[in-house]
Order: sequence, then C-alpha cells, then structure tokens
Amino acid sequence: METIDIVLHVWRQAGPKAKGRFERHEAKQISTHASFLEMLDVVNERLMEQGQEPIAFEHDCREGICGSCGMVINGKPHGPVKAITACQLHMRTFSNGDEIWIEPWRAKAFPVVKDLVVDRSALDRIIAAGGFISVNTGSAQDANAIPVGKDVADEAMDAAQCIGCGACVAACPNASAMLFTAAKATHLNLLPQGQPERWERTRRMVARMDQEGFGSCTNHGACQNACPKSISVDTIAWLNGDLLKSQFE
Amino acid sequence: MQVDSMKLDAKIPGGPIQEKWDRHRFEMKLVNPANKRKYDVLVVGSGLAGASAAATMAELGYNVKCFCYQDSPRRAHSIAAQGGINAAKNYQGDGDSIYRLFYDTVKGGDFRAREANVYRLAELSVNIIDQCVAQGVPFAREYGGLLANRSFGGAQVSRTFYARGQTGQQLLLGAYQALERQIGTGKVKMYPRSEMLDLVVIDGRARGILVRDLGDGRIRAFAGDAVVLATGGYSNVFYLSTNAKGCNVTAAWRAHRRGAGFANPCFTQIHPTCIPQSGDYQSKLTLMSESLRNDGRIWVPKKKGDERRAAEIPEQERDYYLERLYPSFGNLTPRDIASRRAKEQVDNGHGVGPQKNGVFLDFSDAIRRLGKKLIEERYGNLFDMYMRITGEDPYERPMRIYPAPHYTMGGLWVDYNLESTIPGLFVIGEANFSDHGANRLGASALMQGLADGYFIIPYTIGNFLAREGNSKIGDDHAGFREVEDQTRARVKRLLENNGKRTAASFHRELGRIVWEHCGMARNQGDLEEALRMIPELRERFWAEVFVPGQGEDLNQALEHAGRVGDFFELAELMCRDALVREESCGGHFREEYQTAEGEAKRDDENFSHSSVWEFTGEGSAPREHREPLEFEHVKPSQRSYK
Repeated sequence: METIDIVLHVWRQAGPKAKGRFERHEAKQISTHASFLEMLDVVNERLMEQGQEPIAFEHDCREGICGSCGMVINGKPHGPVKAITACQLHMRTFSNGDEIWIEPWRAKAFPVVKDLVVDRSALDRIIAAGGFISVNTGSAQDANAIPVGKDVADEAMDAAQCIGCGACVAACPNASAMLFTAAKATHLNLLPQGQPERWERTRRMVARMDQEGFGSCTNHGACQNACPKSISVDTIAWLNGDLLKSQFE
Repeated sequence: MQVDSMKLDAKIPGGPIQEKWDRHRFEMKLVNPANKRKYDVLVVGSGLAGASAAATMAELGYNVKCFCYQDSPRRAHSIAAQGGINAAKNYQGDGDSIYRLFYDTVKGGDFRAREANVYRLAELSVNIIDQCVAQGVPFAREYGGLLANRSFGGAQVSRTFYARGQTGQQLLLGAYQALERQIGTGKVKMYPRSEMLDLVVIDGRARGILVRDLGDGRIRAFAGDAVVLATGGYSNVFYLSTNAKGCNVTAAWRAHRRGAGFANPCFTQIHPTCIPQSGDYQSKLTLMSESLRNDGRIWVPKKKGDERRAAEIPEQERDYYLERLYPSFGNLTPRDIASRRAKEQVDNGHGVGPQKNGVFLDFSDAIRRLGKKLIEERYGNLFDMYMRITGEDPYERPMRIYPAPHYTMGGLWVDYNLESTIPGLFVIGEANFSDHGANRLGASALMQGLADGYFIIPYTIGNFLAREGNSKIGDDHAGFREVEDQTRARVKRLLENNGKRTAASFHRELGRIVWEHCGMARNQGDLEEALRMIPELRERFWAEVFVPGQGEDLNQALEHAGRVGDFFELAELMCRDALVREESCGGHFREEYQTAEGEAKRDDENFSHSSVWEFTGEGSAPREHREPLEFEHVKPSQRSYK
C-alpha cells in the first residue's frame, strides 16, 4: 500500500471568543487511499494517544451528502478537487512532502465554534424565512394531478441538490450566501407547486439573508467553483430576476 | 423506576385488515384543536421520521421541541438514502396494489413482521408521494410530466419513486422545509447540537429527557407530555457500516434501560452493494444504491484466486451466480440473499480486487444495450462517487462491491400506535422494530419513516394525550434531578478516567467482534464466544479509555466515548438475541439452520414471534418476552426468488 508523509498547518481555536492560530503537525505514513477526513482521524488518534486534544471538525455521512464537513484546504473550500466535499477528497490527490493548510469557513455570519467547526445556523434561518411550500400534511391532491415537464423537474432538481455546507459563503470575497439562497428559491420558484408563494418567498429569504450579516453578491462566481454540487450561478440570475419582479407583484 | 414485568399488547384494531386503520382513526380520541397548544411534545431526531412528525404535530397545534445532534436538522442520515421510496400508486399499470406492496413487504421480511402494521404502511405509501410532490420534492418525471418509477429488489413491479440517486436527500429536505416553516412560526423550538442522554420516567410514564448541549456541554432537563424517539438505527455497533459517523444507539438504549422493551436486536441488514474496505484507517463503508442492480450484472471468476483483470476473463469463465441460482429475480434478489451469496463467493476464494474482498458489478452489457448516455443519466452520480473513492472508472471496468451493515430492522418494541412499553414514549422510523420483520426491502425505509412521521404519530399521539392528559410534572421534580445526577456522573466518569486508549480503538475492536460473530452468518459457538468477549472488552473500555478535554465545550471525543459505552451493552443483547433465535430468517442467518441449497430455514412452529427484551439491571441477564405473530393473509412459506 502506498503511503505519503505530509505536514499540516491546522487552525486551532479553543472557542468563539478565543484567539486562533495555526498549529503544525506532521502526518506520516498516510495511505493514499484514505480520505482527507480519515487522514485527520489518524492525526487525531495520534494526538489523543499523546494525551492531547484532537482537532475538532464537523463531519457525519462521509459520502458527500449531509453537508456537515467543510474546511478550507490550501485556500480552497473543500480542497483542490472540483465538485466534491472534503470527505470525498482522497489523499491520492496529494504528494509526499506536501504542506497542507487547513482553515475553517471564514465569514461574519459563521462564527467559529471550535477549531474548524463553525456555526452555520444562519442558513437554517434563511430557509425558515420562506424556503418551503406551505402545505400542511394531509391536504395534498394526487401526485400526478400536477404534471411537471421533465425539463422543469430536472432544472429544479439541479438547484435542489444543494447540501447547505456553506462553501459558497466561504469562497465568496463578500461572504455572501447568494448561491445558497438562490438554489432553494430557484428549486421552489420553478415548480408549479411553488407559484402561489413565489414573490413573498423571494422577498423574505433575501431579507433574512441580509439580516444575518452575509455580504452582497457582486457576481464573482467563486461560489459556483467551490460548490461541491456544481450549482450554477444561473440560479442567482433567477433569484435576482424574481426579486426584481417581486417588487411589482 | 423500572417496569418490572412487561405487557406486550400490540393493540391491533379489530375488523378486516383493509379497515383496521380507518376504524382505528375513528375510534381514537381526539384533542380539541384549541387544546392542542396545551401539550408539549418532545421529538428526538430530525430525520425523515422526526422532522415529518415534528412538523405535522406543530401544524396540528401542539408545542413541539425537536432535538438533533447535528448542527442542523437537515443533516440527519436519512439524507444519504439514494435509491428511492416505494408506493403502491400503480401509475405504471403493471399490477401493483396496496395489497401487493403489503404482501411483498411481509414476504420480504421473511414473515417476522406484524401484518396489521405492514398493511397500514402500504396503505399510507400513496399519501406520502402526494404530500412530498405538493411540498415540491423534485421526483423524476417522464416527458409527459408524470412521475417516473423504477424497480427494486424483492418486487416484480415498478413502484419506486426517485429523485436521481438522492431520493433521501430530497425527501428529507421536504420534511426539513416543513419543519423550518414551523420553526419560523414558533410552533417548533429546534435544539440542534443536542444529544439525548437519558429518559425520565416517573410513575410509569415518560415525562421528559436529559440532553447535553454539544456546543457548551450544558446538561439540561426537558419535561414534556409525550416523548417521541426518532433516533435511527444502530448499524454503527459494527464500527464499519454505511451509517453516518454520528449515528448511535444511545437514546434508544437509555430508553431501554428505563423500561422500554427492545425487540429483535439481532435483525440487522447487511446491504449487498457497498464499496469493499481498503485499509485499517477506514472510517466507514460507502453504499452504492441497490438500484444499480437493475442494470448491473453481478459475477465472480469461476477460477479461484483469478488474478486477471475483469476484461481479460472470457464470458464462459465468469459465474453470474445470482442469475444462475435465482433465474426469475436474478440480480434483483432481496438484500439478505444477495449479501449472503456474495460472502459465500468471497469465502470460497472467488473474491476480486487487491484484497480479494469483493465481487464484480458489471455494466458493460447495459452500456452496450442502452448506451453510455442513458446509463450516465440513471447512475451518473453513483459512478462518480465510486470513481472518487476507488480511483477506478466503472464505465471502463466493473465495480467491486461487498456487503456492509446498513440498516437495523430491530429496535424498540412498539404497539400499533407506535407506543413503546413505557406509556408516553413513542418510537418512530428506524428506531422502532415495527414493519420490516427480519429483512427490509429496498426503498421501504423512507416509506416507513415518513408514514410514521406524517401519517401515524400525529393521530396516535392525540389519542394518548386525550386519554392521559398533561403530564403535570415539571423539570423541577425530584425524578428529573435524580436522572440528571446520574447523567452528570457518567460524563464525569468518562472525563476523569485515567486510561490510555481512545474510544475509537475500542469501537473498532468491538465492531470486529460483532461483525465476525454476529454478522452475515451466525452460529452457536461464535455467539457464545462473543458473549464472553464483549463483556471483557467492555470492562477494559471503562478501565482504559482516555477522553481528552473537558465537559464544558465542544468535545467530540467525549461524545464518541459515551456512544461506544452504550454500543457495548447493545452488542451483548444482539448476540444473546441471535443465540436464542434458533432458526434462520431474513438477515438473521444461523448456519445450523439452512436448507440443502443454503437458503435460510425458518422455524415457524417455534419462532413465529418477536423477541422483546427487558432490561433487568446492570450485570443481570435481560429477560425475554415474546409477541406471537399471526398470519391471516400472507401464508408463511419458504421465500422463493428462483
């Protein structure tokens, strides 16, 4: 089995108010088949065996769908490979002797909880403001009573794939949550079921986003490049269009 | 505060099976709409079952508090379900019906589930699809705009609805959005990063829970008029499984210790199509959706230890063993059978890959027949996922797959109302034992989670509250203080332990024992050995585990250690349950009980029951109770998929 030796510079921060710093760790004999998080597991076990506190990082499903993991790896959210999450990154991407810098998402709206863990609850609050279709359980009609063209369903699905990881915010020079907000608004605003609340939804989600302290979108497109689900900035155009129209509706 | 003897009354309503649920809904007591706001319901877990239950109960007017250990309710592991959700819509006109879905599920579960529950599940399946479409779940569509379906293992009709390979994600986001809507209105108070560490039972009724805030370490009591556990399954007892890293049995296990019966813990499902293990550092196994078996063909080289690459092995030297053994279901046999047959091939030396620990899942015929584009459309994201993990391209060479622990049919015992043996404690979704018997069919977990959460618990909880009224016991009651002290003491014990080994290293060792002794195939000798090894290792765990850091902030090592402690106790019960069930059924395969062809051999005369375990105290053997199963509609037969 092929292994590599690498050097990590990991952001350590004891709590939300504490001062953070980079800490250097040598990670030797790391299998190239291990995932990036498995590499961190190995480092953490070695730290604990020496009686030290492990590096805190968020993770859960480890298959790229729950959106828990997120860290900036060598300056890029989720690391150097496009369209994947940090948990899907494998060590075969790196070479022996590499130095790797690992940081948390950095945004005003995402305060650090500890080390690489940040508080992303602002994203939940954007959804709570309007990212839904109001339909109480039991009141639905037969599913096939609302035909949805395949092209529309596919486009809605493209947007709906967002995993809420926050990489778009971390990548954006303005720390804007526009791609996240646009993905949900586009998903719901495209579908016939989403029409009745379309304008109100748009207004409310955008207002909440601003209120949470996210920056404004200035069309850099860094979010799209960082998105592990390749959500397109076209959704932002959609949202801007709907936001404009919502002023007149 | 223990219930000393367990009464197992399933409370199945009378009347013909088609009318039971309707009749029951009529007979149940209702809470007046204006009175619902006087009740507090605690929901633990925010997956399909928990989120849908919390949202629906809030819509009805109850005050709901919902807890999840993740940083957001949207991250619950339901999100990772790939393939689809079954519903007896018969939109394809291929002969499906509620009765057929009911029949397939009872048969697929190898006749170890309660007929009345399964029938209700099949009945509600159609409402789920309606509800989810209305919420905007972007299911796959045909060009005419109507919903598309595909087929899944254990069924001969196309009844599975899907959203690419991310059906669980889309259904969960639908439920999550409904939940967030209620959070926005203030009817649900959400507690993310909150782990339930104990249940409070006072005077024989569930009164509340103890929760640790994982962010600041605070341990807090919450009182409620009813408690709903939607805390998922326990596959992580095997350490390596397809579950998320955080999935754990703690909430369910703590409830068990407080008097909730634990049913059929040995019924675990090993999913046939996962990516084989590649090394010791491995932290989890990744599932490849079962839907791949629609177009992929499973084979191994006929020659043992064949070192050639797949492409170099000619057709006549390949053994498409599922097609050979089960001509009518072929690659779509139920999960338990497909898994066991793969194990058999690997055990007999036909394994493939660098560690010889897999079988091939080959798409070359399908690509030739349907074109690469169509295959990409159907499975593109799964192929990409495979490529990223293994570094191999499945369009060019067959995937390697091997079974992995995936789902647990066993869980806390519940009656027809989804109420456990502790009054006021309800259990929904994978955390209960109810509908899948000894084996779950593909695309049925999502169905059950949502049926429980959207359509069952909102009714049955009303019946409970209307009958029993408010709990009238607040979190300042001495009973709460007592449990709180015990919880604090357990956390303190872990933190102050003077050991040297990590919880992860114990978890790996425990997982290996359970996998080897109580995994895909079990026998008396192995199980007895495991029952000696597990308590020994558990004692070493409590003596030697090292938990760094402190209790007053985010401490992931502490969280893990607490969960591992509970997995030890569950593992022992699993082995005990597997030992007393002297038959093979579904996912429980006892090597001593098999037919000449190597199929599971049930013993309906002696084991047509659910084993329900009662906790009798630490260091004391659990007591087994039995709920007999009666089959009026689906006559038990040896399952045949040939």
